[in-house]
Amino acid sequence: MQGKQAAGTSSLLHRSAFDWSNVVLHLLLPLAGVLVALLIGALMLLILKADPLAAYRALIDGAVGSVSGITQSLVKATPLLLVGLGICIAFRANVINIGGEGQIILGAIAATWFPLTFNTWPGWLLIPATLTFGFLAGAVWGFVPGILKARLHVNEILSTIMMNSIAQQFMYLLIRGPLMDPAGIAAGTFLAQSARIPQQATLPRLVPQTLLHAGAILAVVLAIVVYFFLWRTTIGYRIRAVGLNPDASRYSGINVPFYQAFSMTLAGGFAGLAGAIEIMGVQHRLLDGITSGYGFTGIVAALLGGLHPLGLIPASILFGGLLVGANEMQRTVQVPSSLINALLGLIVLFVSGSAIWSRRWAARRNMGVQNEEEKS
Amino acid sequence: MKEIIGILKTMIPLAAPFLYAAIGETFAQTSGVVNLGVEGIMLLSAYGAFYVALNTGNLWLALLTAVLIGLLMGLLMSFISVTLKAEQGISGIGLYLFGYGMSSLLFETTIGTVKTINGFRPASIPLLGDLPVVGPLLFQNSIPVYGAFLLVPVAWWVLNRTTLGLKIKSVGQNPAAADSLGINVDGIRYFSVCLGAALAGLAGATLSTAVVNLFQDNLTAGQGFIAVALVYFGGWSPIGVLGGALLFSFVNSLQLWMQVLGVKISSDVAVMLPYLMTIAALMFSVNRARQPAALNKPFERGES
Repeated sequence: MQGKQAAGTSSLLHRSAFDWSNVVLHLLLPLAGVLVALLIGALMLLILKADPLAAYRALIDGAVGSVSGITQSLVKATPLLLVGLGICIAFRANVINIGGEGQIILGAIAATWFPLTFNTWPGWLLIPATLTFGFLAGAVWGFVPGILKARLHVNEILSTIMMNSIAQQFMYLLIRGPLMDPAGIAAGTFLAQSARIPQQATLPRLVPQTLLHAGAILAVVLAIVVYFFLWRTTIGYRIRAVGLNPDASRYSGINVPFYQAFSMTLAGGFAGLAGAIEIMGVQHRLLDGITSGYGFTGIVAALLGGLHPLGLIPASILFGGLLVGANEMQRTVQVPSSLINALLGLIVLFVSGSAIWSRRWAARRNMGVQNEEEKS
Repeated sequence: MKEIIGILKTMIPLAAPFLYAAIGETFAQTSGVVNLGVEGIMLLSAYGAFYVALNTGNLWLALLTAVLIGLLMGLLMSFISVTLKAEQGISGIGLYLFGYGMSSLLFETTIGTVKTINGFRPASIPLLGDLPVVGPLLFQNSIPVYGAFLLVPVAWWVLNRTTLGLKIKSVGQNPAAADSLGINVDGIRYFSVCLGAALAGLAGATLSTAVVNLFQDNLTAGQGFIAVALVYFGGWSPIGVLGGALLFSFVNSLQLWMQVLGVKISSDVAVMLPYLMTIAALMFSVNRARQPAALNKPFERGES
């Protein structure tokens, strides 16, 4: 498989760090995709006999209409940004990580078990230790499909999807068994959820009376770090080289399988961190549905953000808002929020389909440059 | 002994959705297109077939609906992947998210709760159905299940003994050469992807109207993705796919029976089995030599 995908993905990868003339195209095309998806959504709402205007008004209102809406949107943007960062890194090495869901779960499991076990540690030690442990757990879940792709050419899309299902079952096993809340067992409710993590392991709130937590700042800082990592370090350069042209990278002495496995491991780590932060900042305990589909929505955000760590910041805020708005829409106009999932699928189709125009545009521009060089 | 026959008897219908979906995907991949949206197609058409069956009681109309849904989604996939030459891994995931989201949305708005229907009834084949052991096992199934097994030799014959099959293979191996011989590369790829998608539609319908006779959120639970993996496992051959489908439905059936019989193994672990096996199957799919050379590569005239 490796190398065979290069032709298709390279169009998405052929982008230098800051190429402002490109930004317009790479901003307008994806946004047009979102707009068309929303228009199709309006059509579907009409068929479902709901008022599209009222529905979309509820959506916007829910996302940005109040302090709680805005902070909620940022809370949901945080895991999207983290998962998306991992997907960016993997994608740059031409490895497609669909395993965000499973990696989030592993990170969440780790970030539940660790503070429950070391509950006497002080917060200044427990918080960084738990975050690291969550990152590592996700990294392991990313390493497996990474090494399988690098060594045995196992299609990483399929293996990561399988790893998602395995992680899901593993979590059920834990919250119905060893990690089940002792309080629930004592009360006889047997709720499938873990105990609450100790107070000193929870992330501090940024705005009082809201859910916005310090994880959001960490995510933005990490986005900047990943940007420097990919474009200003040797390892980052090699990751991108492997993605752009695996054959040329091999001839120039880059260990291609290593960087494929490594980028997937990092991707898993970032998703694991997202899971840990979701536990420590929002849920404070492990329960079913902990991923909220962030593993998949993160892919959409990464694509829309042009697979660029900095482009991801606005993209994940946009999708965080969409998710929050969808809940409001479900409440006020009784349209199931799964509508948004269908629209996310359409956005992915449009964005991946519209890459042809940016590719042609880039080719035309390259030709123009060549012509000018010939003239001079 | 009774248990073994029970496991084998459950296994045959469980293999049918895998067979339809994986043989359909074999056509798409042989032409050079990986359609990762099979899961989404199966979900939406399983819903469509179930909805029609629930409201009209006409199971044939239900199958037709599923095929039409599959065809439409196949057209969308071909347009994005063949005409617009998108990265197939990504567009397939898009199709999956769309199919999953739509099936959940429509299920919630039009059905709401899990209901069951009277699906396809087992039809005993005269004489063969009366055989001891083998009869009840193989020849007392429903028509969509027979169809799935009949599809295997038909697909083999089309791919290996007809001009159409040769054309499908040639655009998957060397689209530039096929193009120079006047074969319509994009046309053949459209045809193969749409045929595969229509069969994925049948797979979904078989699941919801002939195997489990119900629809619920995420009914397929990854079977569509496993079907794609079966194509690699089966080495792009319908016969190989048949072997893989039987192996997987056996594990599924075993897993169900272990839960029924209360074998001392957590059901969570048992449910993991097919997914673990898929990864193992992909690890040991060593038949790479048979992989279509142009798999996953969009064709552009004038490019080598």
